[in-house]
Amino acid sequence: MQLTLPVTEPILRVRALRKSFGATEVLRGIDLKVDAQELVFIIGPSGSGKSTLLRCCNRLEEPTSGAVHLGGVDLMARGTDINAMRRKIGMVFQSFNLYPHMTALGNVTLALRKVAGKSRAEADTLGMAALDRVGLAAKAKSYSSELSGGQQQRVAIARALALEPTVMLFDEPTSALDPELVGSVLAVMRELKAAGMTMLVVSHEMRFARDAADRVIFMDHGVIVEEGAPAELFGAPKEPRTRAFIAELTR
Amino acid sequence: MNAFLETFFKPNLIAQYLPSILRGVVTTIEIAFAVVVTGLVLGLLLAIIRSFQIKPVNALIVIFVDMFRALPPLVIVLLVYFGLPNVGISIPSFAVLWLVLSLVLAAFAEEIFWAGILSVPKGQWEAARSTGLTFLATLGYIVLPQAVRLTVPPITNRTVAITKNTALGMVIGVPEILNQATSAQSFSGNATPLMMGALAYIVLFIPVVALGRFLETRFAWRRG
Repeated sequence: MQLTLPVTEPILRVRALRKSFGATEVLRGIDLKVDAQELVFIIGPSGSGKSTLLRCCNRLEEPTSGAVHLGGVDLMARGTDINAMRRKIGMVFQSFNLYPHMTALGNVTLALRKVAGKSRAEADTLGMAALDRVGLAAKAKSYSSELSGGQQQRVAIARALALEPTVMLFDEPTSALDPELVGSVLAVMRELKAAGMTMLVVSHEMRFARDAADRVIFMDHGVIVEEGAPAELFGAPKEPRTRAFIAELTR
Repeated sequence: MNAFLETFFKPNLIAQYLPSILRGVVTTIEIAFAVVVTGLVLGLLLAIIRSFQIKPVNALIVIFVDMFRALPPLVIVLLVYFGLPNVGISIPSFAVLWLVLSLVLAAFAEEIFWAGILSVPKGQWEAARSTGLTFLATLGYIVLPQAVRLTVPPITNRTVAITKNTALGMVIGVPEILNQATSAQSFSGNATPLMMGALAYIVLFIPVVALGRFLETRFAWRRG
């Protein structure tokens, strides 16, 4: 007997997304999908709306119109518990945003205890495992002020990872780091990719995009100008705007 | 020198009025304690309500806060104690003093706590909310612990300044330190009881100031 596999829904689907801040339209109709285990890179000049797009994906920013679906669930729908959905969407910020009054382990376990409802012991076990994945189990008792930028960002990744998200959003995760610390964060992201994590990344790390991304999206002025495999988009961009941006970057 | 001692530190008057001054100390401590607890709790509560950003509610809070910060506490004490009985509400003097000073402290504390809440970076909210924490959980676990730490020094100063106003109880007959001291002074015709009152305030408030300084260092953490 033959079983027909269900048509695989993308993990994350964005449809006709628009976002205005006052009179300024930052996103002007974005369509995007991210499949399971895919690493999608978003590049584009500053002000192109790429961070806003990412922040609309977990409704940190409220879209003006359009739809965001995660695993088939409409994030904009009235009945959707956005806090429950956010558990499944890990987010990593440019400025790390670790809680300064908590240890690394405290940062990682807070949502496990208060959102996922784990006991302290369970949360600590899961939290230590997450810190171990980013290579920082030894720093569990450290406060953010005692960690380097790269270590802080890895704790922030562990904080998102501990909740076992189905997709992770990275908003310029290495832009605030000293150059010598960037590598450690990218190494963790590479490992996540290898482990099959679905990732949507806004970043200027072109070499990383070339090596690790499945697909690269170029955005400008609130629209997706062009998308394709890294080799395609970096090697032979079709659109003049893409070409100009990439030329500027590799100059 | 002798005249100075006779005026401010007359031994037999010290012995005679010590019990009444001590009763005043107890009364002052009772009122001060009640004011600190009520004022700080109410102030924090108002700051929390304000963080929900409901416009008409916030307007009411701002009106309350500005009024009680602008009016001299003595004016409010007199208005409540001598004014309200005319409309059939009469509150005992002890309660008037407690209520008025609590509201004044709450007004100042709200403003300080609110400034503390605003000073917590937006990224802290976003990081917490992105893990699925609710607004209230984020406020309780992430924002308030940081905001309260930042506000320990100004809150201590303000709390000391306002609890010292328990001395206003004198004008409406609350038997606190200053009341006891001034009546003893008029009976004895000597400033010794007033000096005893002054010393009582010092003994009472120096530890509070020291506690504030201790909390400041205890709660400080290095910022990354």
